[in-house]
Amino acid sequence: MKQAVVTVRSAAITLLALLAGGCDRMVVLNPKGPIADAERGLMIDAFTVMMIVVVPVIVMALWFALRYREGRNAHYEPSWAYSAKVDAVVWLIPALIVIAVAVLLWRSTHKLDPYREIASSTPPLDVQVVAQDWKWLFIYPEQGVASVNQLAIPAGRPVSLRITSDTVMNSFYVPALAGQIYAMAGMQTRLQLLADQPGKFVGRNTQYSGGGFSDQFFEVVAMSQADFDAWVTQAKQAPGKLDPPTYAKLAERSRLNPIVQYSAVEPRLFDSIIEKYTGGHQAHGQAPTAPARR
Amino acid sequence: MFGRLTIEALPLYSAIAAGGAAVTVGGALLVAIVITWLKGWLYLWNEWLTSVDHKRIGVMYIVLALIMLLRGFVDAIMMRTQQAMALNNEGYLPPEHFDQIFSSHGTIMIFFMAMPFMTGLLNIAVPLQIGTRDVAFPFLNSLSLWLAASGAGLVMVSLVIGKFSTAGWTGYPPYSGIQYTPGVGVDYWIWALLISGVGSTLSGINFVVTIIKRRAPGMTLMRMTPFVWTALCTSVLMTFAFPALTVACGLLALDRLLGMHFFTNALGGNMMNYANLFWIWGHPEVYILILPAFGVFSEVVATFSRKRLFGYESLVYATAAIAILSFTVWLHHFFTMGSSANVNAFFGVTTMVIAVPTGVKVFNWLLTMYRGRITFHPSMLWTVGFIATFVIGGMTGVLLAVPPVDFLMHNTTFLVAHFHNMIIPGVLFGYLAGYMYWFPKAFGFKINEPWGTAAFWFWIVGFYLAFMPLYVLGLMGMPRRMEQYNDPSWQPWLIAASMGAVLILIGIACLVMQIVASIRDRKLSGDVTGDPYDGRTLEWATASPPPAYNFAVLPEVRDREPLLDMKERGVTHAPPPAYQDIEIPKNSAAGVIMGGLAFVFGFAMVWWIWWLAILCGLAMWATMIWRSSDDDTEFVLVAEEVERLEKARYRTLEAAKAANP
Repeated sequence: MKQAVVTVRSAAITLLALLAGGCDRMVVLNPKGPIADAERGLMIDAFTVMMIVVVPVIVMALWFALRYREGRNAHYEPSWAYSAKVDAVVWLIPALIVIAVAVLLWRSTHKLDPYREIASSTPPLDVQVVAQDWKWLFIYPEQGVASVNQLAIPAGRPVSLRITSDTVMNSFYVPALAGQIYAMAGMQTRLQLLADQPGKFVGRNTQYSGGGFSDQFFEVVAMSQADFDAWVTQAKQAPGKLDPPTYAKLAERSRLNPIVQYSAVEPRLFDSIIEKYTGGHQAHGQAPTAPARR
Repeated sequence: MFGRLTIEALPLYSAIAAGGAAVTVGGALLVAIVITWLKGWLYLWNEWLTSVDHKRIGVMYIVLALIMLLRGFVDAIMMRTQQAMALNNEGYLPPEHFDQIFSSHGTIMIFFMAMPFMTGLLNIAVPLQIGTRDVAFPFLNSLSLWLAASGAGLVMVSLVIGKFSTAGWTGYPPYSGIQYTPGVGVDYWIWALLISGVGSTLSGINFVVTIIKRRAPGMTLMRMTPFVWTALCTSVLMTFAFPALTVACGLLALDRLLGMHFFTNALGGNMMNYANLFWIWGHPEVYILILPAFGVFSEVVATFSRKRLFGYESLVYATAAIAILSFTVWLHHFFTMGSSANVNAFFGVTTMVIAVPTGVKVFNWLLTMYRGRITFHPSMLWTVGFIATFVIGGMTGVLLAVPPVDFLMHNTTFLVAHFHNMIIPGVLFGYLAGYMYWFPKAFGFKINEPWGTAAFWFWIVGFYLAFMPLYVLGLMGMPRRMEQYNDPSWQPWLIAASMGAVLILIGIACLVMQIVASIRDRKLSGDVTGDPYDGRTLEWATASPPPAYNFAVLPEVRDREPLLDMKERGVTHAPPPAYQDIEIPKNSAAGVIMGGLAFVFGFAMVWWIWWLAILCGLAMWATMIWRSSDDDTEFVLVAEEVERLEKARYRTLEAAKAANP
C-alpha cells in the first residue's frame, strides 16, 4: 500500500512536471526554500490522496455512460435504487479521505503558520515591507537601510517579514520562497522566508490594486552572507535618505519604479506608517512594535 | 440638475468602449424596432411583462440570463484576447478598460446570468413538480423578476453612460472606497447588487413558502423530487445569505456617499469586516447556484438512465448537509488575511467536510447510471460531462482548502481555473441541462437535439482548453487580473486559453442556432402528450405548455415518483368526476413599474441626481400602496370553462394516440 502511494505520488509529480514541459518554469513546483517546499509537498500529498476518488469517478462516468447506453443491451435493472452496503461505502470513503487530509491540514497549518519563525541557529533577518502604489518598500531596521523593489536577503538565513500597506489591500507573494499574505493599511501581517541557495526570484502583488497593478513586481536576490554585507555597505553609501519628505514623495502613485536604495531610514518609520491609519490607537491584537520572539 | 452626469460620461474616450456602447444601444433599438414592426408591444405587455404566472416569469428570467450570458462571454473573450497579446506591451485594450471588463464579467455571470437562470428554472419546474397552481406570492414573484432585470439594466447602462467598477466582482475596500475609486463605476456595481439582491431575497422567501405550504395532497417532504429539495435548500440559503450582501453593499454605499468609515483605511474603518460580510453571503451563494444544478442532474440522470434515482434519501441528506455547512466555510476565501493557525485550520477542515456530501451525490448519480438504459439527450451529455469535469474542480478545491497550499495558489490563475472548474460544469452545465430538459414543458415543442449536442461538445472541449492552461499558469505564479505581463513563458498558455474561449464562442453560437432551429421546426416537434421523456414526476402529468392553472384537479400523491405511480395504476389521464372553479391571479403592472422605477432610482443614486432619486423612491412607495390596497387581484375560471379546456386536451391526446398507437 505504502509502495503504491509512493508510486502514485512520484507519478503525480512527473505528470505535473511534464505538463509544463519541464518543471523549471512552474515556480510553485520548483521551490527554492523550505517553506515553499513544504507547501508544495503538502499540495502534492493532498493531490495524491484525492486521486483515490478522482480517477474512479472519471473512469466510472465514462465507462457507465458507454456501457449502459441504449442499444448495448447491457444488464438493465430499473428499480435498483438502494443498497445499504453501497450507501455506507459512498459515505465512508469520502469521509475517510477527508479525515486523512484534515489531519494533514491541521498539523501543516500550524507548522506552516506564516507568523511562526523558522527554527534556525542563526537569528532571522528582520525586514519591514510596505506596499505602495505600485511598488514595494523594504526597510532593514537593524541595518538602517531601505530599498525599493528589491529585497536582498542572505541565502541560508531565515528572513522574518513584517508587512503593511500604505494604500489599498495588497498581497505579498514570492512563489519560489513562500506563499503569500495580505498587506493592509493600519495593520501588520507577518511572513517567514528562507532561500536555500543564492539566486534571483520574482515577487509580486497578487491583489488587484489599480492601474499600475500589472507592473507591481520586484526582485528578490538571495546572496551569500558576505555579499549581503557588501550590499548593506553599498546601500549605506546611497545618496538618498528616507526622511519624512522623501517618504511622502515615494508614497505617491508611480509605476515601474527603478530599484533605489536609501542609506538611512527615519527611526520608527514602519510603525508610523501603521499609526497614520490607526491614529495611534492599535486595533486589538495588533502590536506595531516587535514583540518578543517566540 | 443632473448631479455629476455630464456629456463627459459618454464613452468617447476609446473606440472599443464606444463600440461596446454602440452595440448595446443598437441591439436595444433593433429589438424595439422588431417588436414595433410585429406590432408586438401590446401582446408583450399583456401576456408577458405584466404576467404573474410562474411559467412565464420563469421564461423571462431565462431570457434575461441568456442575454447576460452573451454579454458576460464577450467580456471573457476580450480578456482572453488581451492576455494572449499583452506580453511586454499594452495589448489592444486601453488602460483601465481591462479592469472594468474583469469586474463586469464576474458581476454579470454571477448576479445576472447564473442567478436569473437558476430562479427561472425554479419558477418553471418547482410549482409543477409539487403539483400546485402557482407560487405562494405570484405578484412578489413578478416584482423579484423586475428587480433582477433592473439591476442587469444598470450594469448594461454603465457601458453607455459612465464607466463600470474596476474593483472586481467582489468590490473589496479600501480600493472600492471613494478615496481610491472616486468615479461612478463602483456605484453602478453597488446599486445593481442592492436592487437585484432585494429581488433575490424575496424570491428565496417566496420559494420557501411555496415549497413548505403549497405541495399537492400526499406529497410529504420525503416524496418531493430531488430538484424541489435542492430548490428548498437554495431558497433557505437565499433568504438568509442575501441580507448579508445587502448590508455589505449598503455600508459601502454609506462610506462612499456620506463619508462614513465602515471599511476605510483610517478613522476606525476596517476592510476585514467587509471581507467577512461579503463572503458570509458569497460562500452560501456558491451553493445557492450549484444546488439547483445538482437537482437538475438528479432529475436528468434518472430520466435518461430510465431508472429510479439511486439513494434518494442519501441525496436529500447530502443536500441539506451541504446547505447547512455552506455557512461555516466563508473564511477560506481569505486564509491569507493573517488569521491564527487555529482559525485557518478550523475553516480548512469545515471546507473539506463539504466534500463528503458532495462526493456522495456524485456516487449516487454514477450508481443511477449503473445498470440503466442510457439515452443521450443533450441534457444527459451535460450531466456526464459535468461529473467527469466537476470532480477535477472539486479536487483543486480540496487543495485550496489546505491553508498552506492556499497561501501558494491564492489570487493566482490557479484559483481562477478552480472556480470556473466548479461553476462552468457544476452550475452552467446544470442550468443548460435543465433548460433543454424542461424546454418542451415550457413551450409545447421539443428542443433541437443535434444543435444541443454540438453545443455540448464545443463547450466541454473549449472549457478544458480555456481553463487547464490557467491551472498551469497558476503553478507558474501568474496572478489573476493582469492587464499585461513580462514573463514570456506565460504566453503560449494564454494563447491556448484564448483558443479555448473561441471554441466556447462556437458552443454559444450552437446554443443560439438551437433556439432558431427549435422554433423553425416547432410544428413537427410538438409535444402533444406533455410527457416527452416518459417521465416520472408531476410536471409531465399536465399539458405542455401547462394551462394557467397547471392542474385542473390537484393530483393525489402516493409515491416518490407520482406520475410513474399513476402510470402503473393506469390513471394517468383519467378525467376527474367533476371540475371546480379555479381562482387565478390577475396580471399586474405594478411589478414591471416598480422594476422600472428601481432602475431609474439606481441610476439617479449613481449620478447623485437627488431629486430624481427622491421622486422615484416616492413613486415606488405609491405603487406599492396602490398594489397593496387592491383587493381585486384574482379572477375565477369557472368550472365549465375548465372542463371545456380539459376536454379539448383529452381530444388532442386521443387523436395523438390514434395517429401514433
